[in-house]
Amino acid sequence: MTGEIAWRIAGGSGDGIDSTSQNFAKALMRSGLHVFTHRHYPSRIRGGHTYVEVRADDEPVRARGDGFNFLLALGDSFARNPKEDAYYGNEQAKPLAENLDDLREGGVIVYDEGLLDPSVIDDFDERVAANDWHVYPMDLRGLAREEGREVMRNTAGVGATCALLDYPLDPIKELMGDRMGGDVYEANSHILDVARGRANDFDHTHDLRMPTGEHETDQVLVSGSNGIAYGAIDAGCRFVSGYPMTPWTEVFTLLSQHLPEMGGIAEQVEDEIAAAALALGASHAGVKALSGSSGGGFALMSEPLGLAEMTETPVVLVEATRAGPSTGMPTKTEQGDLEHVLYTSQGDSCRVVLAPGNQAEAYEQTRLAFEIAYDFHLPVVVVYDQKLSGELRNVDAAVFDREPSPDLGAALTEEELSEAAHHAAGTFERYQHDAASAAEGVSPRSIPGQAGGRFLASGNEHHPTGHISEDADNRVTQMDRRLRKLDAIRERLDDGDTNQVRHGAADATVGVLTYGSNQGTVHEAVDRLVADGHDVASLSVSDLMPFPATEVREFLDSVERCLVVEMNASGQFRGLVQRELGAYGDVLHSLLKYNGEPFEPHEIVEGVGGLDGGDPATAGTRYVPAGSD
Amino acid sequence: MSFTPLRDDDAEREPTDKSAFTPGIEPQATWCPGCGDFGVLKALKGAMGDLGYTPEEVLLVTGIGCSGKLSSYFESYGYHSLHGRALPIARAAKLANPGLEVVAAGGDGDGYGIGGNHFIHTARENHDLTYIVFNNEIFGLTKGQTSPTSPKGHKSKTQPHGSAKDPVRPLSLALVGGASYVARTAAVNPNQAQEILKEAIQHDGFAHVDFLTQCPTWNKDAKQYVPYVDVQQSEDYDFDITDRREASAMMHDVEDALHDGEVLTGRFYHAPDRPSYGAEKRAQGDLPEDPLAERYFDDDADWERSYDLLDAHR
Ligand SMILES: Cc1ncc(C[n+]2csc(CCOP(=O)(O)OP(=O)(O)O)c2C)c(N)n1
Ligand code: SF4
Ligand SMILES: [Mg+2]
Repeated sequence: MTGEIAWRIAGGSGDGIDSTSQNFAKALMRSGLHVFTHRHYPSRIRGGHTYVEVRADDEPVRARGDGFNFLLALGDSFARNPKEDAYYGNEQAKPLAENLDDLREGGVIVYDEGLLDPSVIDDFDERVAANDWHVYPMDLRGLAREEGREVMRNTAGVGATCALLDYPLDPIKELMGDRMGGDVYEANSHILDVARGRANDFDHTHDLRMPTGEHETDQVLVSGSNGIAYGAIDAGCRFVSGYPMTPWTEVFTLLSQHLPEMGGIAEQVEDEIAAAALALGASHAGVKALSGSSGGGFALMSEPLGLAEMTETPVVLVEATRAGPSTGMPTKTEQGDLEHVLYTSQGDSCRVVLAPGNQAEAYEQTRLAFEIAYDFHLPVVVVYDQKLSGELRNVDAAVFDREPSPDLGAALTEEELSEAAHHAAGTFERYQHDAASAAEGVSPRSIPGQAGGRFLASGNEHHPTGHISEDADNRVTQMDRRLRKLDAIRERLDDGDTNQVRHGAADATVGVLTYGSNQGTVHEAVDRLVADGHDVASLSVSDLMPFPATEVREFLDSVERCLVVEMNASGQFRGLVQRELGAYGDVLHSLLKYNGEPFEPHEIVEGVGGLDGGDPATAGTRYVPAGSD
Repeated sequence: MSFTPLRDDDAEREPTDKSAFTPGIEPQATWCPGCGDFGVLKALKGAMGDLGYTPEEVLLVTGIGCSGKLSSYFESYGYHSLHGRALPIARAAKLANPGLEVVAAGGDGDGYGIGGNHFIHTARENHDLTYIVFNNEIFGLTKGQTSPTSPKGHKSKTQPHGSAKDPVRPLSLALVGGASYVARTAAVNPNQAQEILKEAIQHDGFAHVDFLTQCPTWNKDAKQYVPYVDVQQSEDYDFDITDRREASAMMHDVEDALHDGEVLTGRFYHAPDRPSYGAEKRAQGDLPEDPLAERYFDDDADWERSYDLLDAHR
């Protein structure tokens, strides 16, 4: 660990922790630092203890770190108090008590002594001494009350943070100035000054200082959900239909807010079956459409998803996973829906599944999802998770500075339709056995309302005109044509810039294989291992279907042993690799995490140690050696 | 132009040749001789012809069941979808391209059972659609099981002791849901059926037609829907179809009467002034003036970029 700051702000859910941390992260970004946030989500809307970490450094930050080194513990204004009927233990002290375990040695604690009483915490003083923590009790609430209003205690905490880390107030004030007007701004600005002064009255015994840095290019602070929503907008998506469910709600909300202002349509409907069906209806009528959900809601989309495969209706579906089964842990992260998105719905799967690894990839791959869906007439699922959904990170603004691509793909104009193949009876042959682009399996479509384009889309097996048919030869021809699209898509993906990212030592003997949102954490772990002299490299995969067999095989052939890192309990990704490659059972070891929290880099470092016979499992992870199931 | 120009709903049009709605390709034979479904097909072709539509202006979205096969026998753009899911598909297609004349159709099991949630919500939202429910009071395609509209006591292989459930009240459900046009007709009454479908198609809003279709194979034959009464023609009934309370009372009686063997048909509710969902959405700026689907074919269209939203992230 370098000179980074990993600042954790803890308090009550509903106390504005979120916006305070977001503004702090943004100010740090503006002043030239790289930032990354990790948010702990309680399941309650208000009340319940929560925290957000902001990790800042002068070099890119790709993941949540191992613990943190600065704790700002605010009071939880929604905690039950001892006079209430139901009061459990030291509830009011939770923002302090529950955040000590991961605080690094030499770390700083600022707590609101107006609201938190450390004397009710077991062994507090002993732990402080043993860990060389530097504690600065401040009456933040009192200060806010006297100098402004009580709700400004978060601002007071930020002021104290800046003083103790030797970080100027200007970037914070500048940001506040952009967001607040007149009196509110003045009051907050004043509180910052006062809090800074009080914190500077202490003798600073700690070593931590905010690093300094500089950005060469314009930076923006975005989440994975921003990436997906913005990718959809730039791909020309102008229709979204959905039903709220955490964490899918984030993308749904973003698109519902932006699309109508862009001449598009947003529909919140009665359930997820309807949501998916609406997206199909809009797409069938010639609009680029997206729907999505999380675990349980996506299960309801299963039948429409199959209908899209059979009728070759383009659509992009987002699956924002959370911990299952069933309602599981709604606000906790997991990658347990991999097999669900790959195989749900009856019959042979004919879909594309992409799992972006970070915010920029979320943008890029959502655009790609639309391109593939509309060029190849099939559903494309973008699968990500609670983790990537909520993580904010600074990204080069240039990532988004791109031309929109509203092209409707393999759809004909009326002029083209007049030349296209028609049945003797006048019906357009929408599902030709041997269309001009039959090599790719794609038979171009018409859009309802166009002259000369009449056809029937049917979930039943059908003739080239779309009419229902159970003719054996036609059946096999149509199945083969539809499935051939997956080969063509694999070829197109192999010809373009790869979505798989290799990272680490050039001649590695040890591999780390992962998919989706673990990418940044794996990269950090690999860098540490390489710096310690290990021959390690990682491959993070985004293309899940059709599977990038050649790239993954090359990677596995290049190493002697490989650790597969994923957030679920049964090793679904490892299973997919073995199924797709038909080998490597004795090479692939698993590191699993399914306690609802994302991996920390050290867990992967220790997991790799397990390949050499070390003790790989940390408290939150499970190690499964090769060939053990 | 990539699309037929937007049709002005209120403009008088010359009738078209209804035979244009008969497919040139022989469909797979599915309907039994004497099935009431033929009556819907004939009435729909006649209505579309009388109103001057051409097959390419029409999108017919069907569910799954014997009834769902309507889209195989009717020449137009079609979407033969899923059991119970015709409405959400139809709704979105209409929003995406209001220039299309969108008709959704399916069975009583399809619309009042498995798709019941969509039925209520599509009515509530008052989408500008025509929804035809082939009500044969039975699950036809799956061979004669008790359906949501089968009367209490109805015996079938899956209800060997007879159904202990009161049937769904389709007309009342539509009214309570929010439909702005509600009618019942019957395959045995082809002239009325065609007129009612014409009214339903012309209505700007959610028009629900409960269409009694005999299923001689598993349930009643045509004779059991005769005699039928058109409540607008009969002296015995006098109620105001624009009055929600009177309509509601009438529907209740009509639903009960069917199970006593009395077939009452006609228009039961009409709210001509209730704006359709599309109109409401457009009025508040949430639906584009021009059909969204056309924008994708307009080479001069300006497409907004996410880059212009980034200020909030700096
Ligand atoms: C999800 C689902 N469940 C069950 C079925 C089987 N199924 C097909 S049609 C049908 C019922 C048909 O009854 P109805 O909707 O009244 O149509 P009818 O055949 O009478 O016209 C059923 C249960 C199906 N296709 N899909
Ligand atoms: S089973 Fe009944 S509803 Fe189905 S086609 Fe035959 S008669 Fe008609
Ligand atoms: Mg039926």
